Amino acid sequence: MRKLKNIFFVLIFSVIVINSSNSAEKSPPFLETKWTFKGLFGKFDRSSLQRGYQVYTEVCASCHSMKYLTYRNLAEKGGPEFSEAEAKAIAASFEVTDGPDSTGEMFVRPAKLSDKFVMPYANEQEAKAANGGAYPPDMSVLVKARKGGADYIYSLLLGYSEPPEGVELDDGVYYNKYMYGNKIKMPAPLSDDLIEYTDGTKATAEQMSKDVTNFLMWSAEPHLEQRHKTGFRVIAYLIILTVLVYFTMKKIWSRVEPKV
Amino acid sequence: MSDHEYTPSSKFGKWFNDRLPLLTLANHLTDYPTPKNLNYWWTFGGILTFCLITQIVTGLVLAMHYIAHADMAFSSVEHIMRDVNYGWLLRYVHANGASMFFLAVYIHIFRSLFYGSYKSPREIIWILGIIIYLLMMAAAFMGYVLPWGQMSFWGATVITNLFSAIPLVGESITTWLWGGYSVDNPTLTRFFTLHYLIPFLILGLVVLHIWALHVPGNNNPVGIDIKKPSKDTVPFHPYIVIKDAFALLMFCIVFALFVFYQPNILGHADNYIEADPLVTPAHIVPEWYLLPFYAILRSVPDKLMGVVAMLSAILILAALPWLDTSKVRSAVFRPLFRQFYWILVADVLILGYVGAMPAEGLYLLIARVATAYYFAHFLIILPVLGWKEKTTPLPLSITEPVLGGSPNLAAARSDEKIEKSIK
Repeated sequence: MRKLKNIFFVLIFSVIVINSSNSAEKSPPFLETKWTFKGLFGKFDRSSLQRGYQVYTEVCASCHSMKYLTYRNLAEKGGPEFSEAEAKAIAASFEVTDGPDSTGEMFVRPAKLSDKFVMPYANEQEAKAANGGAYPPDMSVLVKARKGGADYIYSLLLGYSEPPEGVELDDGVYYNKYMYGNKIKMPAPLSDDLIEYTDGTKATAEQMSKDVTNFLMWSAEPHLEQRHKTGFRVIAYLIILTVLVYFTMKKIWSRVEPKV
Repeated sequence: MSDHEYTPSSKFGKWFNDRLPLLTLANHLTDYPTPKNLNYWWTFGGILTFCLITQIVTGLVLAMHYIAHADMAFSSVEHIMRDVNYGWLLRYVHANGASMFFLAVYIHIFRSLFYGSYKSPREIIWILGIIIYLLMMAAAFMGYVLPWGQMSFWGATVITNLFSAIPLVGESITTWLWGGYSVDNPTLTRFFTLHYLIPFLILGLVVLHIWALHVPGNNNPVGIDIKKPSKDTVPFHPYIVIKDAFALLMFCIVFALFVFYQPNILGHADNYIEADPLVTPAHIVPEWYLLPFYAILRSVPDKLMGVVAMLSAILILAALPWLDTSKVRSAVFRPLFRQFYWILVADVLILGYVGAMPAEGLYLLIARVATAYYFAHFLIILPVLGWKEKTTPLPLSITEPVLGGSPNLAAARSDEKIEKSIK
């Protein structure tokens, strides 16, 4: 029996080793950074989310849409928590086409809290035409749509470098060591002092990458804080109930003789 | 069935019960004599019922908000996640609930395999179980298609394409399944309809499964027939109810850890990318619970034979009561079978693992060996083992062992010792 078990574990172990040595060639380990949203009580860093929105709107939004987000989300609990007035002002800085009005005409008006984030391009074709044939993906759930999640996005943003010797790149293609196949059509989007943070934080590439990744994590999981909070309560309740039921069970089964 | 006739105490109760014997049924369910030595592996029947109800209830509410249309399915799921009150909770419970359902069903099946619960007189319970399992896989697969992400779309494409392997009529059947010439909106709407239907079929089969169970009564870790009711049994209520409740709560804690802290770990990241018929994902993989069968499918070079192998891998289980020729049920008294049982467990785990890997090189070789072994276990090892194996002596009852002093008997009497004897 023992021998069999050993064989079993050796088999499993060797499969794991083969696999890890395979995947080691594919992509380097992600850059390490501390995320406040991880863990049992994980919460978002509010000011980082607000800065992240600034990075998104000033840098990313020129190519990437976030079609599932609404301006009201910016003021909602568990998110960047801009004040309602701030969120209204942000919305009003965008224009949307509405209508038809009573005369049957379409008209342009400033966006309201109930409007979806304005998209940079009218359609996918226009987006592709403007970006050398590559479609900049919608960023609403991007963090969940990539293996490695926030760590991957953060690493990718900082993973640009000159291609190693022997790697030929076409025009409009860049080298990124975290990208699948190492070739990416997006030029390095962030560099030190590219923007000026309204809260005075120094806008290093690392800082911006972290802030915008935080923001993207929130946009992919807008109820993360509520989920963690509810989860803790649910599990605490279940554990207490389980203990009580355990003692009830022991009491009830103590009537059964003889013991089995 | 309990021996005594049940008569309700109240006059109205008697009047009602004479016309519809619901009270007799309730009485039968509470009094139902259950072997007192059932261990925790037996609590998964109750857990599975809980899983089914959870899926039906959460699914019902999700269906109120979901839109089964190729252009709107993905965004309606995002709408559920963002704007529906506790929509994120409903969806994560439903999505992880499917995984928990399969986790429980695999434990339930392997419990049956270990203790020989499929053997006479419980063959019908077992076969009903296999049908339920098949329907579960169908429901889970179609449910995975509904969010209309990349893995949904391409998973559906791969699986429906399998039907094209059928000679002569394959192409026509595939077109008929799709409702067109590729996976598209008609495919989505029919999958949604069937995904809503199948759980209720399962529910009906579960009733039959339990009904069939209540005829011979539960098997038990010792695997011997016992007199019911007797010193060997306890009434279902409160003894088994409280034990099932305790096990269910433990299960729910694990469930909650997934739902609240790792809700996406069992899914595939690509399914958060909206379906695009023009972009094929690098690796198309099914959900974890279908991986062993996916490995079997890919281990056969010929498409038709691959499909046949995959289906046979499940259907062969239905023949198990007749393939296993041993008269002894429980593995506790079958030293050789016990070893082959654990090899089979390892074999299925290995199949699951290589199912998630690209079908090439070493992985393909491992998949082929493991597939061959899987079939050999049922077609060669089990029948031969029944004739050749020398089993250890069985006790005559759970509580009053006539063969006192036998080491295996002692082992049979406590769960802890059973565990040890397995190791």
